[in-house]
Amino acid sequence: MALFDNPFDAKRRLLRGGCTCGAHGSQAEHEAALSGDAEIQRVVDGAVMRALFPHDAQRRAFLRSVGAATAMAAVSQFFPTKFAAEAFAAAGAPEKKDLKVGFIPITCATPIIMAKPMGFYEKQGLNVDVVKTAGWAVIRDKTLNKEYDAAHMLAPMPIAISLGVGSNPTPYTAAAIENVNGQAITLAMKHKDRRDPKDWKGFKLAVPFDYSMHNYLLRYYLAEAGIDPDTDVQIRAVPPPDMVANLRADNIDGFLAPDPVNQRAVYDGVGFIHILSKDIWDRHPCCAFAASNDFITQTPNTYAALLRAIIEATAYASKAENRKEIAAQIAPANYLNQPVTVVEQVLTGTFADGLGNVKKVPDRVDFDPFPWSSFAVWIMTQMQRWGQVKGEVDYKAVAEKVFLATDAAKLMRQEGQTPPTTTSKTFSVMGKIFDPDKPKEYLDSFKIRKAG
Amino acid sequence: MARSLGLRAALLSLALLVGFLLIWQVAVSGTAKTQVMDPEYAALMGQAATTGKSAMPGPLDVGATIWKHLKDPFYDRGPNDKGLGIQLAYSIGRVALGYLLAVIVAIPVGFLIGMSPLMGRALDPFIQLLKPVSPLAWMPLALYTIKDSGLSAIFVIFICSLWPMLINTAFGVSGTRKEWLNVARTLEVGPLRRALTVILPAAAPTILTGMRISIGIAWLVIVAAEMLVGGTGIGYFVWNEWNNLSINNVIVSILVIGLVGMILDQVLARAQRLVTFPD
Repeated sequence: MALFDNPFDAKRRLLRGGCTCGAHGSQAEHEAALSGDAEIQRVVDGAVMRALFPHDAQRRAFLRSVGAATAMAAVSQFFPTKFAAEAFAAAGAPEKKDLKVGFIPITCATPIIMAKPMGFYEKQGLNVDVVKTAGWAVIRDKTLNKEYDAAHMLAPMPIAISLGVGSNPTPYTAAAIENVNGQAITLAMKHKDRRDPKDWKGFKLAVPFDYSMHNYLLRYYLAEAGIDPDTDVQIRAVPPPDMVANLRADNIDGFLAPDPVNQRAVYDGVGFIHILSKDIWDRHPCCAFAASNDFITQTPNTYAALLRAIIEATAYASKAENRKEIAAQIAPANYLNQPVTVVEQVLTGTFADGLGNVKKVPDRVDFDPFPWSSFAVWIMTQMQRWGQVKGEVDYKAVAEKVFLATDAAKLMRQEGQTPPTTTSKTFSVMGKIFDPDKPKEYLDSFKIRKAG
Repeated sequence: MARSLGLRAALLSLALLVGFLLIWQVAVSGTAKTQVMDPEYAALMGQAATTGKSAMPGPLDVGATIWKHLKDPFYDRGPNDKGLGIQLAYSIGRVALGYLLAVIVAIPVGFLIGMSPLMGRALDPFIQLLKPVSPLAWMPLALYTIKDSGLSAIFVIFICSLWPMLINTAFGVSGTRKEWLNVARTLEVGPLRRALTVILPAAAPTILTGMRISIGIAWLVIVAAEMLVGGTGIGYFVWNEWNNLSINNVIVSILVIGLVGMILDQVLARAQRLVTFPD
């Protein structure tokens, strides 16, 4: 049925009485009979084609003269992500089987890493090498260079890359979120009696990268306590392994970092966990599975298979009973290169806090692939708040272009999961409600922000 | 007397080493007081936190790690975990390639500069400007333009080992004794033959000095480059172990890097002795 109303088929008529495929009495009836996203996609495409070619004869003449492929390419410019979605429905064999996916050795990358030793990539017919990479800037450059087909990135990075902040603007996407929660503020042992952030004036704090949730969450947390993160404290970008060493050497007072760095600082006895990031914003996104637009459009089947493997691995990782097994798989030198007990404490949420207590927080880190576009909008409000992005931003357009919620939803459905039906939701950060429809008002409501 | 001097020096070296190792061992084995901890909590903590063990490994730990690496230097457990031997092979391969390219460019250009004062003057500002640039400053530019991290590392080796060879070749060539050149001119030796049979042997020791400086630089650079781009190589190995805060393995790598650097230097030193002639 679905094929009948393909608007890119020159032989089909879209404008006629009844419905577009002819099998139903009316368009409404036809649409009601459709199910699944591929069909809905066709309806959207049909609408676009109808808008472009009010007369069916024109559309047919156009398709015959340029060919369906060219027409699709031309039309898909208006809807590039939807074009990718189109390919999912086909679920054809992957165009490219040997892939390289870059990752940074932190637990945020768990689904990307575990999919290798636990066979999730293999199941999709892919031969993926997961390659450990030295830093965020390098992972960005190596993906832009096409050395990596896809990569683990911080969720704000694809937005920054697409907007051209910190690099040349390149259309980039976050196909799935890797993890929610899973970060913490760790302080040096000497500060164990200074738990109120109001007393932190003059602190030297570290985050892994400028365009990271870590940076935005730390700044948010400090600003809520009345500390201006630009003037009252010093925030430095420090690679995660250097964080623990710097904390030991007394060069920094603390950091908001991805795990296992926090737990490693506790394990080595140099720091304690002040708060988990889930206490700042419960179920906040952190890292993302990122791919360039080129990769998605040139090898859509490969992209779909890869994303399917990630989504499946993410679902497996989100189950508490699997966490110990996963920790054992990803801790060795080939992946995280950390003691198993450190990784296990992070993933199971039963951990030593560095102050002598064993805490049980099962959702210390969780894995949820759905890239809510409201996450992207929040990230952009913070980019503006701290002066990384200046001027007007079309929040909605960028969010939808970069965070591919519809694609993820489609694949989640194919995997028998139930994705959310909307792509936007409200949430609260430290008790303050964020309405994705009113980003400007949200941004203006902050007292502490970078002027200009 | 010379023999006994060598012997005495060796003995002194050995004594210094033993002394150093002893002090090292004593310094790290200072036992801090063991903390009293809840056993459940202690199970989640590392040795440094529970037993007060120093985070710095002692010579015995390092020795054990060296032995572990020596026993199995060529294992391959996936793209991110390879034996020390394989990592070294990658690094040496990169250095060899970059260095060879530099030799191919530096020696002819050095000849040109040395033989022609005009070219020497003209190229001098460029050489002086580019010579002091740090390898890590080239790296982003290389990654951005070459768009391949492996080639970028080789390019950085190339660009950094180029200058000492170039300058030394030019210096050696321009320093060829006037009498020899005059004799060649009297015998009506052609320019190519003059370059190959008179100037090259005369300049060879200086050229090799340049090459020796360059190989040292190339080996210095590769570690930094591989730490930055990751993937394979001894530099990546250091970074990966640093990531695990394994000072033990970092010390082992330092020893290995030093050893290989010394061997490379000795090879060129021997070559230099071969081409040096008594005046």
